[in-house]
Amino acid sequence: MGAEQAEGETLLISGNVAAGEAAIRAGCKFYAGYPITPQNELTAFMADQLPLRGGIFIQAESELAAINMVYGASAGGARAMTSSSSPGVSLKQEGISYIAGSEIPAVIINVQRGGPGLGNISPAQADYYQTTRGGGHGDYRCIALAPATVQEVCDLTYLAFDLADAYRVPVIILSDGLLGQMMEQARFDHLPPPDPPPKPWALTGESGRERNLVRSFRLSPDELEELNLKLQANYAKIEENEVRCELTGPDQADVLLVAYGTSGRICRQVVERPLRKLPFKVALFRPITLWPFPSRELAELAEKASGILVVEMSAGQMVDDVRLAVEGRCPVELLGRVGGQVPTALEITERLEALFA
Amino acid sequence: MPVKQTQSELKKSVYRRPQELLDAQTHYCPGCGHGIMHRLLAEVIGELGIRERAIGIAPVGCAVLAYDYIDIDWSEAAHGRCPAVATGLKRVHPDKVVFTYQGDGDLASIGMAETIHVANRGELITIVFINNTVYGMTQGQMAPTTLLNQKTTTTPRGRDPSSEGYPIKVCELLDQLVAPALLARTTVATPRHVRRTKALLRKAFRYQIDGVGFSLIEVLSPCPTYWRMTPADSYRYAEEVVAKTFPLGVIRDVRENE
Repeated sequence: MGAEQAEGETLLISGNVAAGEAAIRAGCKFYAGYPITPQNELTAFMADQLPLRGGIFIQAESELAAINMVYGASAGGARAMTSSSSPGVSLKQEGISYIAGSEIPAVIINVQRGGPGLGNISPAQADYYQTTRGGGHGDYRCIALAPATVQEVCDLTYLAFDLADAYRVPVIILSDGLLGQMMEQARFDHLPPPDPPPKPWALTGESGRERNLVRSFRLSPDELEELNLKLQANYAKIEENEVRCELTGPDQADVLLVAYGTSGRICRQVVERPLRKLPFKVALFRPITLWPFPSRELAELAEKASGILVVEMSAGQMVDDVRLAVEGRCPVELLGRVGGQVPTALEITERLEALFA
Repeated sequence: MPVKQTQSELKKSVYRRPQELLDAQTHYCPGCGHGIMHRLLAEVIGELGIRERAIGIAPVGCAVLAYDYIDIDWSEAAHGRCPAVATGLKRVHPDKVVFTYQGDGDLASIGMAETIHVANRGELITIVFINNTVYGMTQGQMAPTTLLNQKTTTTPRGRDPSSEGYPIKVCELLDQLVAPALLARTTVATPRHVRRTKALLRKAFRYQIDGVGFSLIEVLSPCPTYWRMTPADSYRYAEEVVAKTFPLGVIRDVRENE
């Protein structure tokens, strides 16, 4: 793959490969990765395509090394990306904290799998906390994007590079083993040519200017406080401007399904092609940015709802943010599947009936 | 008749701080080898004319603030990860001169995998490895290069090989790999060795600039504070005792006769 695409043509492509193709079209010039299931197709694609299209590919000695190579490439001003799956992303947490503290951009793709520990290679959504609650040490945030279709993997991966550069933050794309492996139609020809902003802060050699430093160390508490307040102000701007979410189904729904990613796409089926007639109106509220979380939008909907069912492939992580946003306006219930299990439209329907009929 | 001399003639400069060395008071201990090494680096960068192309990667260790002392672009790295950061930077800026400056804990303990793999890939970077056989910044713990029977805060009864293993000779370890171009061990313990160190540093940077290959220069550095000696004793100790465990010399040079 990686061939030119005719105008208006769709390709049958997997989520993993779509991410790679979109990254290259977004101007990604450096990728470092390490083998781990279920994202190896992405690493292989980058190994094959990136050097042919003006970029550098390195199979790093570990996920830890990979994130630090991304740090170096990004410090030099290049658009840089790494990918892994849950246990490997755990290894990257220190590096992500350093990237955030040093105010440099980076794109990280997590194709989630069952955990904790070695877990399994089935899809899961149990890294929500890791993604949105730091994961690494210190007061920082990553923009977190949650695609639910292969087309969204393409579009959000492309977007990730623009957001990372605009705000100088790490951007995490939270995919999962199902989305990574499945094949769907997707288009790429609507993606504009990459237009990275100038990076006067980048390390390019001290030629005709004062030296540049890329660092997160501020020995004095006054200086570190200043850095942290600057980061927080940046995050406030992101929260104001970059929330993305989608509502599917009737306005004025009685009951809301709240789900993202693969859970979101299954819930969309429940709403758009119901398996049975339910005695209430159901809509799906699907966060697309997990951070910043669409709290305001959800709170508005919760005003008119009599109940919310959160569906996650975890023991319940996003449900915390839902409860915080809803602030008791209506009951919030959870359907969580753990261990790499994927919920079915039927079990979601049955749970809705049991809870709200 | 006495010859009249002008003020400027009387005060002719024969030795000055290199431009590349910033006018800052360093935080290093009296007698620390970092002072000598920073100066040598600044001199070599100046003499090779690479100040505008040089990018340093600073470690976590006593030299964490190296970027405040040498006037070039710098990046920090997480502990042990300098070689990975250098890899990313050099690959996207192949025309720049990228070097790391690391201590023995950074390079041979937490960063051992990065050290071996950057050398194995033959990345066109230069590693300046400052080996003082102990963790300085964190106040004196055992390092991979700590000598047998050396007392540190985590080997209070002396390094015992049956539980702590043996000091690691990094140059010899990397000599097992095909790719490295220059692996050498030196010291700053005497003026003669300081001059030798400068020549090796220069060679190491030349090997990067000329595209010859990866180089690592290991510098045995006195640490009076955590060796619990006077500076004068620590310099003697580095030359006479430490250099017995870590023999000085060129372990590999692909251009030996040039």
